[in-house]
Amino acid sequence: MKNLMTENFEIQETWPQIKTVGLAGIIVTFSGVLSEPANRAAIAFLAAARSAEWEEVEESNSTLVSTFLKIDLSVHRLEPIIERLQNLVDSRDWLAAPLPSGRTLWRVPTLFGTDRAPQLTEAAELAGQTIEQAITDLSTTSMRVLTIGFAPGQPYLGTLPEYWNIPRQTKITPNVPAGSLVTAVRQFCLFPYATPTGWRHVGATGFLSFRPKSERPFPLSPGDEMIFDPVTEAEFLKIESSDQSGNGGAQTEMLK
Amino acid sequence: MNRTLIVRSIGPAAAIQDSGRTGFMSAGLTRGGASDPAALHEGAALLGQMPSCAVLEMAGMGGVFEATSDIRIALSGAVMDATIDGATVQWNASHLLPACSVLKIGAARRGNFGYLHVGGGFATPSYLGTQGCHMSAGLGRLIAKGDILPVGSDASTDTGFYVVPEQRLDGGKIRFVRSMQSDKFEGRTITRFTKTEFRRDPRGNRQGIRMDFDGEGFQSGGQLNIVSEVTIAGDIQITGDGTPFVLMHECQTTGGYPRLGTILPCDLNKVSQAPIGSSLKFELLTFKEGAAIQARSSAVLSGLRKSIKPLIRDVTTIQDLLSYQLISGAISAKNAPLDEG
Repeated sequence: MKNLMTENFEIQETWPQIKTVGLAGIIVTFSGVLSEPANRAAIAFLAAARSAEWEEVEESNSTLVSTFLKIDLSVHRLEPIIERLQNLVDSRDWLAAPLPSGRTLWRVPTLFGTDRAPQLTEAAELAGQTIEQAITDLSTTSMRVLTIGFAPGQPYLGTLPEYWNIPRQTKITPNVPAGSLVTAVRQFCLFPYATPTGWRHVGATGFLSFRPKSERPFPLSPGDEMIFDPVTEAEFLKIESSDQSGNGGAQTEMLK
Repeated sequence: MNRTLIVRSIGPAAAIQDSGRTGFMSAGLTRGGASDPAALHEGAALLGQMPSCAVLEMAGMGGVFEATSDIRIALSGAVMDATIDGATVQWNASHLLPACSVLKIGAARRGNFGYLHVGGGFATPSYLGTQGCHMSAGLGRLIAKGDILPVGSDASTDTGFYVVPEQRLDGGKIRFVRSMQSDKFEGRTITRFTKTEFRRDPRGNRQGIRMDFDGEGFQSGGQLNIVSEVTIAGDIQITGDGTPFVLMHECQTTGGYPRLGTILPCDLNKVSQAPIGSSLKFELLTFKEGAAIQARSSAVLSGLRKSIKPLIRDVTTIQDLLSYQLISGAISAKNAPLDEG
């Protein structure tokens, strides 16, 4: 609340910050930039806030560096909720919080490049890598689900080595198909359905992060890890024709 | 006998709606639901049922429907011309649609989204726990000619009521409060925003609506380097070139453009219903003022059942409407002796 009504936008910022989001809820933000500890803090704080079972909270989520609690602030008084949140914020060092338990590692067969993922060459050039080096980086880095958002089930995955801090395109690609692996700013997104994007399309998968007709419509959770195993075009076509479940031939194992 | 409505013809963007789904925000799925939630309450009050009943939302254009049994209906939201077997029926009112009769609903004359409610609600399939169509997530589909819409069982036979709706079909003043990123904007930018006359741009959909304006944009200081953050319906999002977009009920769950403020839910209905080109002006309220106004609006909607009135004659033909006690007093939706005549 502190800075809510000030008009000076060059505030010396301290973290975490607790702020209102319109009349729709309260957000706790752990950093002004994306960092691995701030992301862990957001996931851990969400778990703690959920286990407190505050009756005012309609639903909640974690984004890249924040935890959001949806509360109708036209119904519930703000001050006592802020006080409870502040106490929870102060109760421990959230930036040192461990990752959640029960995480899954997903190994997803991926076709890098070819006309199915036509921007691999461009992305590799921007990262200053050869195509072979690029495929090695993109397929061997275990990428963590930082948050689920934007589209249903859609993961933001991070993070690649620093030289993959490549910008978004200035122009939007009108359409990349479902299952597309795209990259920008050291992250991946994996799209659940065909979408326009400003990120570069480097891989094709048969993995759909939203399966509305399945018993488990949203397979991924924040904290999960994903490895995009390279396959040949022939192998990829075989998986495509044999696995129509939306899983795209992915294998899973539990992480400790 | 089967209680259904047969769709003989339909506009290009009609779908089953309700108040949307909660609990999926952390899975990347926003609430969605009807574009004008106040209309859900009005129709429910007219039929004496819960506002959670599924309705038919008609964007811009209605349709032609044939009832297979006696069905109670109510009409709310954007005003459309409606007839039952050729006889004009009043909008914002409830009526009996007798078996084999034909209901015709024309184009919207004021506002964008008109609603057809049925006694018992539509009994269509649920997707992820509720019936409302979520277009951008691909849940549900548009209604097409030839569809047969199942109607739930209905305990009541009361019809012939009208309600005076909250004014919201012509744009006008839109009230907002500061939000988590408002302090990224200079005070003078926000002041200029509140003094600018906007027009509802044709560029818009269920995720967001562009605000058209003359003059320079409304960029924030830290426009290019903010971390993607949670978005909610009603957010005033400023894109890279300084143009405001109002985020609507099917918006994404996160976004990378800064939000100047957030519109009160009761005034977001006005943005939904504002015709293309209509004038919109934004007024900044303090958090306390905004919360109080929203609370009052919610109370009015939940008390609507007490303010419905029997439809004894067509109020549009009454010359001196204001001299009639239209909205005071209370009447039972279950006991309407005047309705029988």
